[in-house]
Amino acid sequence: MPAKDAASAGAPPRYYGKGIPYLKDITLPGKLIVIEGPDGSGRSTQTALLKEWLESSGHAVLNVGLRRSDLVMSAIIEAKKGNLLGKTTLSLLYATDLADQLENRIIPAMRAGFVAIADRYIYTLMARDLVRGAGEEWLEKLFGFAVVPDLIFYLDARPDLLMHRAFAKYGQLDYWESGMDLGASGDMIEGFLRYQTVLRVRYKGLAEKYGFQVLDGSAEPEAIQRRLRKRVEDFFAESRPKGKGKG
Amino acid sequence: MALKKIRGLGLTKKYPGRLIIVEGCDGSGKSTQLHLLRVWLEHQGFPVFFTEWNSSELVNAATRRAKKKNLLTPTTFSLIHACDFADRYEKIILPPLRAGYIVLADRYVYTAYARDVARGCDPDWVRNLYSFAVKPTLGFYFHAPLEVSVSRILVGRPTLKYHEAGMDLDLSPDPVESFKIFQGIIKKQYDSMVKPEKLTRIDATRSITVMQDEMRALTADKLADYVPPDNSPGPGVRITHDPDLNDLRGESHFEDVEDLDETADDMEMDVDEAPEVPLDTDESSDYSSAP
Repeated sequence: MPAKDAASAGAPPRYYGKGIPYLKDITLPGKLIVIEGPDGSGRSTQTALLKEWLESSGHAVLNVGLRRSDLVMSAIIEAKKGNLLGKTTLSLLYATDLADQLENRIIPAMRAGFVAIADRYIYTLMARDLVRGAGEEWLEKLFGFAVVPDLIFYLDARPDLLMHRAFAKYGQLDYWESGMDLGASGDMIEGFLRYQTVLRVRYKGLAEKYGFQVLDGSAEPEAIQRRLRKRVEDFFAESRPKGKGKG
Repeated sequence: MALKKIRGLGLTKKYPGRLIIVEGCDGSGKSTQLHLLRVWLEHQGFPVFFTEWNSSELVNAATRRAKKKNLLTPTTFSLIHACDFADRYEKIILPPLRAGYIVLADRYVYTAYARDVARGCDPDWVRNLYSFAVKPTLGFYFHAPLEVSVSRILVGRPTLKYHEAGMDLDLSPDPVESFKIFQGIIKKQYDSMVKPEKLTRIDATRSITVMQDEMRALTADKLADYVPPDNSPGPGVRITHDPDLNDLRGESHFEDVEDLDETADDMEMDVDEAPEVPLDTDESSDYSSAP
């Protein structure tokens, strides 16, 4: 843990919307880096490599991701097994999971000066819900409690590539990732490609709106990591002099 | 793109049924009144469905564990109750309403508006959270002076639960004192909602029978032009939480309705409403309560 005085530096949190009213008078000397992308885009590999590199350069790092909160995870897993949940319920369970991690892990880590690396953040939840018919404004306000990240990377990859990676990794296609809950198609391959195509369209919309840095997820992992590190390095160099804006 | 027009999340729908809800502070007598209203409706042969706050089995286990460990912040407390509500809403509130039945709810979104804001959540954020829910036909707010409802609770329940007493807000180290302050904040929230939310205020200091007569008269007004659906089950339908019974989506034993339901709920637009606005632009304009 860094020394206590590290917490005295840093700016108050920037939230997307109304924020967390009772967490406004705090300062966050740490950073938040988000890595977004569909399943099979190489996120976890990149996250792990980035963490290793940041730690070797002396940063304290916390890894977070979706579906890691003890609060509602058992409910999500149970429900997904049997497809027992309505869309709004599932969406809100995911939002709960994210809020729990934000308040209990990400914000405390940032307060202590850590670099938090989030393997997916609100954007994946938004993209999924948008495909399922959620209103954009509803989602925007719902996730108004989220802290604005310092950097957002998006690993973009073609659906057919994602499909082959899914086969290589799991031996089969996932029910949800194939949009089966939407009845995208009776055929899983077609369902997967259609669902991932629509999801990609949504991600692209969000990329523009929220300022993602888009990286080609079909490149070699080492090449992607080099680009990633370069951008992170530039960001740290820029944000070092006091008073200079971030993000 | 075909999948773009999927409907569902965050969208409200019109319904031919009737939704009657009760709200108010703990100890205001609203549950008793709703029970009596239910008996009366069933006695007349109306098919009635009933649901109460915080009762979804799916979410309940998580909520209970989290509450026990005091893991919840105001935001996650709010969200987890929204999950509970959404689960009941999507399974046992909206479907019967759309099928034309009467649904009675012991507490509705207004409980969240009052409690979550009392806990420090932003009022607009909470309202947006629940904006997928339809407006009730009738929303009864049981109003009593704070001392009355507080003493009713304290007499019947000597030990207050942690969240019930609002202990998470650090209002007072004494649970009873904390409970009183917390209920006061909640009551203030309710009072401010009566007008904008068009709640019907019921003076809860009166006798049970007098209140019930008033509720029945108001309810009868709203049922004047109500026609229960054909082939409706007899009175006293208790909807269980069995998703096989309640969630038509994707269930093969509803072969006849499957296509229709798939169309209405998942893909494209439909069928009975066909709003002219593109689906993902406006979620509030579709609000509608029964007359």
